[in-house]
Amino acid sequence: MSELIKSKSQEIAHNSRISCLKMVHAAKAAHLGSSLSVIDILSVLYSDVGNISKTNPDSLASDQVLVSKGHAAAGTYAVLANSGFFETAILESYCEDGSLIGGHVTFGKVPGIPFSTGSLGHGLPLGIGLALARKRSNANSFVYVVMSDGECDEGTTWESALIANQFEVGNLVAIIDRNRLQSFGDTEETISLEPFKSKWESFGWNVSEVDGHDHEAMKEIISNIRKPVSSKPNVIIANTIKGRGISFMENQVVWHYRPPSDEQLAAALLELEAQS
Amino acid sequence: MRDAFIKSLIELAEEDDRIALLTGDLGFGVVEKFADKFPERFWNCGVAEQSMMSIAAGLAKSGMRPFVYSIANFPTFRCLEQIRNDVCYHDLPVTIVSVGGGLGYGTLGYTHHGIEDIAAMRALPNISIYSPSDPSETNQVLAQSHKNGKPAYIRLGKNGEPNISANSSNEIAGSVRELTSGTDLTILASGAIAENCTQAAKSLSSEHSIQVISIPRIQPLEVEFLRDLITSQKILVVEEHVERGGLAASILENFNKAKVELIFEHLFVKEFQINQIGSQDYLRSLSGLDVLGLVKTCKEMLSQR
Repeated sequence: MSELIKSKSQEIAHNSRISCLKMVHAAKAAHLGSSLSVIDILSVLYSDVGNISKTNPDSLASDQVLVSKGHAAAGTYAVLANSGFFETAILESYCEDGSLIGGHVTFGKVPGIPFSTGSLGHGLPLGIGLALARKRSNANSFVYVVMSDGECDEGTTWESALIANQFEVGNLVAIIDRNRLQSFGDTEETISLEPFKSKWESFGWNVSEVDGHDHEAMKEIISNIRKPVSSKPNVIIANTIKGRGISFMENQVVWHYRPPSDEQLAAALLELEAQS
Repeated sequence: MRDAFIKSLIELAEEDDRIALLTGDLGFGVVEKFADKFPERFWNCGVAEQSMMSIAAGLAKSGMRPFVYSIANFPTFRCLEQIRNDVCYHDLPVTIVSVGGGLGYGTLGYTHHGIEDIAAMRALPNISIYSPSDPSETNQVLAQSHKNGKPAYIRLGKNGEPNISANSSNEIAGSVRELTSGTDLTILASGAIAENCTQAAKSLSSEHSIQVISIPRIQPLEVEFLRDLITSQKILVVEEHVERGGLAASILENFNKAKVELIFEHLFVKEFQINQIGSQDYLRSLSGLDVLGLVKTCKEMLSQR
């Protein structure tokens, strides 16, 4: 490991950014910025704090990670492969005809994906179901739902915020990738979410706020959530940068859609190399 | 059918601790029996059908067998994408139970009528669709769907429907059942409306013998058994559902696929009446689905050569 990359999860995040850029470039696909913003969160979950059984993930003893922002598929698959859930060679077939991995996360093709997502607002209530079953069986496992901030426009988010509080699903952790950019631009100029933290608090959730690119800070928060288990559901507002890691992609909404050209890919990879 | 359902569900839940019940804050006076007996397997999700359906999928993914209970169109149309993506796509054993299907909530109006539900469910993958005609069929379809362990939709009537006596052994439990035998005309019906069909057959019985067949399982359809069961040339399909996408459409599509020709008349809920106000019986009569209307259509068909 280098001076800049100090942990296994950081190494996985770094390698996943490289994988992700190549995948989106080759497939001429979208949602690169969304993937780059969430890669650190996913790396912490899949490679560190999430105790996910690779052989029997539906077992109640296994944690579950549910990526509700299914459009961040390139980032999700890159982190899963770089964390050892499947061969990294599979990443090269991203979005190809007949591939195992496509533009939204799809269950049943590679390990680590409990539910297909892509239509926003499904992950949080699905996560409540997964968590309730674990709670009922007195399992010590946790359910992590990774959401986008734009996804919080969906009514099911707030239905589920009420329900999770009512059912005291303390083994549920929602992590919101708060990059502040959705389809047309700033979340606050689209459908304002602020005051975001106090909204969740008023719904009865245990709320934390963290730099969503600071691995150690995220690990510490999750570790604290897991001991002792509270009856309150947990939400972590992870402040992130869309397009994180590539200077000319950061905070630019166009990278929600645009694949990099050959020159842009080369420049981006050079930037990442300098960060290693 | 409501009481038969909850009684049957409790019996199944006594044997199988994976069974859970979720309600969208409906079923007052019905679901409490389950909730009292199995409080750790009962969740009132409030007036939030979309989240309720996804929660059920999450429970099913974790090994449980959730039943989702609400009325008419709420557990279908309000959460159609959750049924499509979370339940059917993942082929999870969630059973959706809709009470008051058809025009069951008469005077409450079109917002509370479930008359396009079968069409919507039929378009989805992996799901079996049931519409029992009486309490005994309710028990049968519940047992069948539980045994299958796959997505299922069960459309129930309201309450107080009598058991329709069937003196024939011509049935596949939970799928097809001959209610009356006859050779002049065959009525194919699904759901609580079958009772009206047997009454119409009875009122014509001095001059004509009319066969009434209940089809509690609309999807998948038992094509060959049904084909062999039909004893007359004249066929009337009756359903408390709009014209498109329901029982008649299922029969047409499945018989065509099996290369079995079947020509029939069709009685259904007509679109002109959706803003009409009245009891279930009144609303049925507007589309000729009451006993008198059924008798009239049968007579017209019987008089044709």
